[in-house]
Amino acid sequence: MKEKTFRKLIPYLGGKRILLPLSAACAVLGAAGTLAAPALIGKAIDRMVKGKPDLPGIAAIIAALAAVYLVSNLFQWLLSLITNRVSYLTARKLRSALFGKLAPLPLSFFDSSAHGDVISRFVNDVDAVCDGLLQGFAQVLSGAAMILGATVFMVALSPSMAVLVVVLTPLSILTARFVAKNSKRNFREQADIVGALNGYAEEMIEGRREVKAFGLRNEALGRFSEMNAELYRAGVRAQFYSSLANPSTRIVNNLTYAIVGVVGSLAAISGTLTVGGITSFLIYSTLFAKPFNDITNVLTQIQSAFAGARRVFAILDLEPEKPDGKDAPLPDVRGRIAFENVRFSYDKTRSLIEGLDLDIPYGSSVAIVGKTGAGKTTLVNLLMRFYDVDGGRISLGGTDIREFGRDELRRSFGMVLQDTWLFSGTVRENIAYSKPGASEAEIVEAARSAGAHDFIARLAGGYEARISDSGGGLSQGQKQLITIARVMLADPPMFILDEATSSIDTRTELHVQKALKRLTAGRTSFVIAHRLSTIRGADLILVLEDGRIVEAGSHAALLKANGSYARLYANRLETA
Amino acid sequence: MFKLARYLKPYKKEFILGPLFKLLEAIFELLLPTIMALMINDGVNRHDPSFVFRAGGLMAAMAVLGFLSALVCQYFAARASQGFGTELRNDLFSRIQALSVAQLDAFGTQTLTNRLTNDVNTLQLSVAMLIRLVVRAPFICVGAIVMAMILNLRLSLILIASAPVFVAIIWIIMSRSSPLYRAYQKKLDSISVVVRENLSGVRVIRAFAKTADEKRRFDAANDDLTGTALLVGRVSALMNPLTTVAVNAGILAILWVGGSMVADGTLMQGQIIAFVNYVTQTLLALIVVSNLVIIFTRASASGKRVIEILEAVPDMPNRDGEAPRFAADSPAIEFENVSFGYGGGTALRGLSLSIGRGETLGIIGGTGAGKSTLVSLAARFYDPTEGEIRIDGVPVRDIPDGALRAKVGLAPQKAVLFTGTIAENIRFGKPGASDEEVAEAAHIAQASEFIGKLPLGYETPMERGGVNFSGGQKQRINLARALVSKPEILLLDDVSSALDYSTDAAMRRALKAARAGLTTIIVSQRAASIRDADRILVLDNGAVAGIGGHDELVRSCAAYRDIIESQA
Repeated sequence: MKEKTFRKLIPYLGGKRILLPLSAACAVLGAAGTLAAPALIGKAIDRMVKGKPDLPGIAAIIAALAAVYLVSNLFQWLLSLITNRVSYLTARKLRSALFGKLAPLPLSFFDSSAHGDVISRFVNDVDAVCDGLLQGFAQVLSGAAMILGATVFMVALSPSMAVLVVVLTPLSILTARFVAKNSKRNFREQADIVGALNGYAEEMIEGRREVKAFGLRNEALGRFSEMNAELYRAGVRAQFYSSLANPSTRIVNNLTYAIVGVVGSLAAISGTLTVGGITSFLIYSTLFAKPFNDITNVLTQIQSAFAGARRVFAILDLEPEKPDGKDAPLPDVRGRIAFENVRFSYDKTRSLIEGLDLDIPYGSSVAIVGKTGAGKTTLVNLLMRFYDVDGGRISLGGTDIREFGRDELRRSFGMVLQDTWLFSGTVRENIAYSKPGASEAEIVEAARSAGAHDFIARLAGGYEARISDSGGGLSQGQKQLITIARVMLADPPMFILDEATSSIDTRTELHVQKALKRLTAGRTSFVIAHRLSTIRGADLILVLEDGRIVEAGSHAALLKANGSYARLYANRLETA
Repeated sequence: MFKLARYLKPYKKEFILGPLFKLLEAIFELLLPTIMALMINDGVNRHDPSFVFRAGGLMAAMAVLGFLSALVCQYFAARASQGFGTELRNDLFSRIQALSVAQLDAFGTQTLTNRLTNDVNTLQLSVAMLIRLVVRAPFICVGAIVMAMILNLRLSLILIASAPVFVAIIWIIMSRSSPLYRAYQKKLDSISVVVRENLSGVRVIRAFAKTADEKRRFDAANDDLTGTALLVGRVSALMNPLTTVAVNAGILAILWVGGSMVADGTLMQGQIIAFVNYVTQTLLALIVVSNLVIIFTRASASGKRVIEILEAVPDMPNRDGEAPRFAADSPAIEFENVSFGYGGGTALRGLSLSIGRGETLGIIGGTGAGKSTLVSLAARFYDPTEGEIRIDGVPVRDIPDGALRAKVGLAPQKAVLFTGTIAENIRFGKPGASDEEVAEAAHIAQASEFIGKLPLGYETPMERGGVNFSGGQKQRINLARALVSKPEILLLDDVSSALDYSTDAAMRRALKAARAGLTTIIVSQRAASIRDADRILVLDNGAVAGIGGHDELVRSCAAYRDIIESQA
């Protein structure tokens, strides 16, 4: 599993073509310096003989040593520069890939996942991968170079004992692997709990008004501290077990050291090795073992990195929506829209829309009415291809809408939803969202038509007023007016208005409706609304009940039919 | 940074014993070469294999003891660091919950959650490092310097002279990188904001075919973050080579000065070897120290962000305590000359209003007239900038939270529903409410019919924010949530905008029948929803444009007439 995660990570390693070989070279040269310096120091000391000093010789060696130090530090510096670069570039690539992955994911992903948990993957998990690379990358590289160098020196000194060291030391890696394997679960658990905790905290902070209104504070604190306690337990386990790896490596290496010492000493006693030989050999065997210790020392970070990477890939590996076809035809934005025997449901165990047929010529205004939950918004979801039909087909100008590019299809509709969505930015940026590069005059004109200009002008900063994360200060109705201005600016060939004016007062609404009427004249529009004033004038009124169209026709015709619509209408009159 | 030290207090034991055992491990490990030397000197030179075996056995014992000490240290480090983080997170979350709505608005959701997880994580890591490394590195440094001084005072001056250089390097790099780390965390917040907007606004983004633009927006934020990261990486990458160069220069100086001292006969060859060894030991320890410094610099940036929350003083602190004496004969709600504005603007100006017990007050008015603001003030999300609001004669500022929540129920305009089942969401209004109570509230809210049709009924899970329910269904669950606690005062902020007229009317009828004597404020855009109210308040641009019964207003209030006509 770990290997698999690692293999998946390789394509994301930043600058792998140039930086990776370069960093390997730096590691080798840096290690060479580390290995060469002790030899030079030894030579210098050999020349310091009492009364008969070879000062010029010493100076020459000191100069050589200075050069070695400079070169080795230079390369070690380069190595850490490259490590930083590789790590941060990898983090950027992962984040970018994660974000890029959001675009082709089906809408059901957005509807069903805890947003805080997803964000945690962008922030906490990518950070963990980056940190693991930062700590582990240089260690592994320079470690490998050291191991190689030390092996060469050991073999030169005593081949048989070198074999002993080379065979025994990797035992420590096996021990570390064993530990790592057993603590992997804890790391995953830890990363998952962090994600869940993030999700919960986000929900509770986002719902701050509800938390206050219902006095949920203590409950939120309780639940949070429960999750937090779980995190504590998982965290201690993960930390402790993975931190066992380093002492385990050390004990294996220290035992190896003792064994080499004993074997070497016995060899010296029997005369096959000199004392000086043992000393040098032991130094190199220590150098050989050191990288193993160093690597396991950062094992916690490396394991967190793998747990993080796994959560990142869980998203990257999700099944994307079917991509747009190549050479997709451009939608005929002035074509007729037809639903043919359409079947759809969100929950595959419960049918929602069955055998729906509809035929809408271009330029019709269609009003959709029905009780809440009757499937009105679902029709919008299908038209916009937020979801695709399970059976039958929807066509625009005779072509199945699944054949068009999604963006092209969606661009031909101007949509306003009841749930307003404004992003952090200025009022102007939010309106111009539908038409980048719109002129000042166009933006103001759109705002005027939407009845938003007056209140925007009163805002401190006017069109440059910032809309914050929480939209604080703007009323729900004002937010809706801004989203309507957005669509007015876009001036699309077709419209979808899903309870677009539900939070707007009726006087302003009259004004907005008039403007919308002008705009939608001669274009296809779908309107979902409860206010009968909005519905009455539609060319076609669809009455939906439990996902089926029970009635269709003009206001007058439906009243005459004296069915569901007439009842709804009468009801309105009776209570009004 | 030191303000966070109190979170370490409960782990005093771990903080003393952890490093102590680490030190033991170091000592056991440092003894190994000494025993090895003995083994070679005494065992090999005297041709004594049994001595070699005994020495080998001793070394094995040392290795095992070192291992055990390390285990103890790691255990303490894990407990203390995770415990520290857990306590800190709890306190942070609790502080966040104590802050007022306005304060949380000002921070923003994303930076708060990031500080809660990412920043605390960084701090936690630094605590673990502290325990593992804090004693060992300085111990080795000081030990090596003392040994060097004992060996030869003159030569050790070189070592001591390089110390200030070393400190200067660390100081310069720390002061350069610390603001960068803070900038990094801030940019991480910006990334989260873009991601969150893309998650919640996915329909709009796709509707406008803006995925490519959003990707560009994200990439810009991502590049910005990476730029800062690379910069901070470049600065801190200097740490190690610079400190090493300083120590290496020391070694060179020792060899040069030492060489001539040997020539003079004031120093022995063996002493130089030992000296160089001590310097190398110091160097290795210093490398550890400089890595620690980098980790702590980053942690201090996170620490500042965390402390900012901990030190935020709740401007509307939660009050506990006994319910005050509510006057039985005063109006249910009174607004006296109340003004309020969000960040500089004015949403309500000089509003005075009195709502009697059991009265139903309808509020209608233009978009942005101040209707929701009035409700928010009555629910005390904000305190007015001027004037006073009283409930049953007691200023709301003086009512303990618990008492206020028990008295006042609220169904907000844009309801946030939580992850959980329908029943759980309704129970948020009254923890521990019985199934009957939940069903009764749902019944009044006209929600029981659609809930009954769901295969899982009240146990149907609501996905994040209730996206698997229609707007009208969410509004009715929102309403049921406000009703379940049977409050004396009910505030409905435009909760029927997504309901059809018949459901809306049925809801109001059911409410009247089941909750006699309830004081109600109904905010609505629909004249029909408030027409039957005892009195209707017409708000215009933050001020009262008219108040009275329907017929009276039709006669006397032009603004109200306009509204009625617009809905005819």
